[in-house]
Amino acid sequence: MTSPNSPQAPRTRSGLIEARDIYFSFGHTPALAGASLSVASGEIVAVMGPSGSGKSTLLHCLAGIFAPDRGEVWYEGERLDTRSDTRRTELRRTDFGFVFQFGQLVPELTVADNIALPLLLNKVGRKDAYARADTWLPRMGLDGLGSRRTGELSGGQAQRVALARALVARPRLLFADEPTGSLDTLTGEMVMDLLVGMAREEGSTVVLVTHDARVAAYAEREVMVRDGKVFNPAQTQVEVAQ
Amino acid sequence: MLRCVTVPYTLLGLLEREPSHGYDLKRDYDAFFGRGKALPFGQVYATLSRLARDGKVTDGDLEPGAGPDRKRYVITESGSRELDAWLSQPSEPEPHLQTVLFAKVVLALMLDRPAGAYLDAQRSAHLRRMRELTEVKRTGALMDVMLADYGLFHLEADLHWIDTTAARLSALAEMVRAS
Repeated sequence: MTSPNSPQAPRTRSGLIEARDIYFSFGHTPALAGASLSVASGEIVAVMGPSGSGKSTLLHCLAGIFAPDRGEVWYEGERLDTRSDTRRTELRRTDFGFVFQFGQLVPELTVADNIALPLLLNKVGRKDAYARADTWLPRMGLDGLGSRRTGELSGGQAQRVALARALVARPRLLFADEPTGSLDTLTGEMVMDLLVGMAREEGSTVVLVTHDARVAAYAEREVMVRDGKVFNPAQTQVEVAQ
Repeated sequence: MLRCVTVPYTLLGLLEREPSHGYDLKRDYDAFFGRGKALPFGQVYATLSRLARDGKVTDGDLEPGAGPDRKRYVITESGSRELDAWLSQPSEPEPHLQTVLFAKVVLALMLDRPAGAYLDAQRSAHLRRMRELTEVKRTGALMDVMLADYGLFHLEADLHWIDTTAARLSALAEMVRAS
């Protein structure tokens, strides 16, 4: 029985994205304190933990939105955290997709506008961008809603638009932070079915932050964030059983 | 049913804390685990006899004193190993596990075992089962989906209990050790 509560050590096999012993504080309040996580290409990993454990901060550091105070973030074998803000922003546009609990769509724009937006920002031609956006409407069960303003949609419809917008540029990595947090059970299941199904179809890697075990069950494995550190429960189980 | 499974291990756990008589074991069992449903004396002695027969405990000579039986029971190495294996091995994730999980946590705290790690292991086992049921839901017929839902909601309730208990471990440990 060895150190059953030891935090997860970085994997020896290099992942698509990795946090290595990272620290991050909001002022004097520590949020991450030596967090390490490695996610392999094509994996769907749930990051779980109680409120305030640091799981969303970890996602923000992995995505290059926050630069950790200490430690390293690696993406595709290169340091991410030492890149300039401009380079990190560019990477988020080209390689990463994001789905949050709410507030990510532009309510004045239509469904098609919102889905096409990442492509337009990536300098894809307008006609091509809208053609590609249109292909996502039936895939997400949004037929006939392309010209509807997103402010007029139900929560489940809006979240499916957000998912289409996150995936339309075929990101290598999808970051989802409580993507069903504002939805009822059945609508949440529909969104998770689509998220996992589309990510598998597109070959995207997914980092899914959630406190909800039913949502985490869509992932292939889970890790726990506690007191700013990452624990691997599966690893703990092996150690305890020994 | 779950109680039948739990009682032998619970008695082993109480004996690991200290050698004891059947009468005292029943009293401690009722205090910690009975929760309004006392363990019958007959079940205590029948369980102790089976444990003695299987070499998990030894029973000494009859001692004078109050109560129907003053044999002093002592856990053996084999009994201790069996208890350890039961405590550290996550239970098969299925609905209505509370009795077993409750007994494991209280015993682990009483015996200074890593209760938090046991809860983590159980959480992981539950999530693994939830992944299997979720996959059934994604690919199965509606009847299968409904059955999977039933399992998922109950496992989720267990997980809430696991998380809440994990958050209360320090307070629980103080209480159990002070008892």
